[in-house]
Amino acid sequence: MTHKAKAYIVGAYEHPTRYAPDKSVTQLHAECALGALKDAGLSIKDVDGFFCAGDAPGAGPIALVDYLNLKLTWMDGTELGGCSYMIHVRHAAQAITEGKCKVALITLAGKPKSMGMATGTAPRSVGPDRPETTWDLPYRSTIAGVYGMLAHRHMHEFGTTSEQLAAVKVAASIHAQHNEKAVLRKVVSIEDVVNSPIISSPLHRLDCCVITDGGGALIVTSPEIAKTINRPRVKIIGTGETINTSNGGYIRPTETGAVETGKQAFSEAGVSIDQIKYASIYDNFTIMVLMQLEDLGFCKKGQGGAFVAEGNLISGKGKLPWNTDGGGLCNNHPSNRGGMTKMIEAVRQLRGEAHPAVQVKDCDIALASGPGLVVGVGHAHSTIILERE
Amino acid sequence: MSNTEHTKSYLDDTYAMSYPETHAFWEASASGRFLVKTCQTCNKAHWYPRIVCPLCGGSETDWQEASGNATLFSYSLMEKADPPYALAWVELEEGPIMITNIVDCDFSQLKIGQALKVRFRQCPEGRYMPVFLPK
Repeated sequence: MTHKAKAYIVGAYEHPTRYAPDKSVTQLHAECALGALKDAGLSIKDVDGFFCAGDAPGAGPIALVDYLNLKLTWMDGTELGGCSYMIHVRHAAQAITEGKCKVALITLAGKPKSMGMATGTAPRSVGPDRPETTWDLPYRSTIAGVYGMLAHRHMHEFGTTSEQLAAVKVAASIHAQHNEKAVLRKVVSIEDVVNSPIISSPLHRLDCCVITDGGGALIVTSPEIAKTINRPRVKIIGTGETINTSNGGYIRPTETGAVETGKQAFSEAGVSIDQIKYASIYDNFTIMVLMQLEDLGFCKKGQGGAFVAEGNLISGKGKLPWNTDGGGLCNNHPSNRGGMTKMIEAVRQLRGEAHPAVQVKDCDIALASGPGLVVGVGHAHSTIILERE
Repeated sequence: MSNTEHTKSYLDDTYAMSYPETHAFWEASASGRFLVKTCQTCNKAHWYPRIVCPLCGGSETDWQEASGNATLFSYSLMEKADPPYALAWVELEEGPIMITNIVDCDFSQLKIGQALKVRFRQCPEGRYMPVFLPK
């Protein structure tokens, strides 16, 4: 394979907690940082690049950098919602390739569960600083409501059904039964999903992800340092980022930013869609998985419903083993941001460290894909392709 | 959006007053007129209103009175809310799609593609927002 990548993921850590009323967000960030460094066999003194997003205390790098007393040559506080940490992987790979830093630490943590936050079903309280807020806040738009409208439009355009959306949750639950840390470990049926209460039509309660406290961290480093670490090496071979804007109101809401970021990542990696052995696809709602599968090219546009209904997402059974930790739908969605946990399970799969019941055989190339934020109504998006070396 | 009338106006509303360049909209909406920004260069309307055309980059945008006609592009019923409400995307006759609420109708009869007409509802903060109901 020919690609220009010069950076590796050598540390990955998912915090075991799902409910942490006894810990601060700062402590969770610090525990995640130490966990990922231990996984890589590195120390906090080795870190010279730091990346965090809006969940960091103070909404930027400075407080955590001071708390951990990092001595840095590179930092990045890019805030793009749930996919921030995937975009950080891209930015870290770029900084390392250019020699600006050698060991990059990326952290995420939050505790919406213990704070009793109605993540998706209550309008978020925001002031007038964002220009679109003046025009949409009074309509009591919620995250679940926007995804309900997306799902409804997808059904209208392509004939997608609630039963097909439910197949996404069923696959997640089949994987989650093996993950002792997962919030929802019970295997559910299509009927369980479509008979759960409607939250925002046509989405049911079980079409929505879990709300959890917790966090995660990643370590990205140079080829020279990666070679000194006694861990399976996971190379970053393709990356993409975009903001899918609200385009002045001329939107195609059934299309995600994966159209653009998939193109970028596959082109950079020089691999084809058939070479992807495992995919982590951000699953804040079942419909988002369907749309990204289509936009990345795993099936034709509008065929996502049929693709998932055939069981293709189930490890050991389908064409595209997906979210084998149980994903955001069943396992974990720390700080309401799913990009970090998507990266971590992709790393586990490439290292051969996923649960044996869901580990993909000969998993050499994996993809992670996810959206972030909902703005007026556009979103950020990132796709990352990784290879085991 | 509730049916409650408030004594305030957009001049009391921090969301309107933070954007002085949008005051013509709020002045019109208080008297039931619906303005959309239209680009002098490409002649297309856009939403939400900006001083730069998001479609062609043109720097001259004018307020134009919209017909108030729209079609239902998609919607979601917030069934857990008390009372339930309808969040919607509507496609204006002038082109852009905007997020809004559908009001004063039997939500169970809503259908994507159906014709809608604009109305205005006042926010607790003071400004009048466009909402839609079936024709």
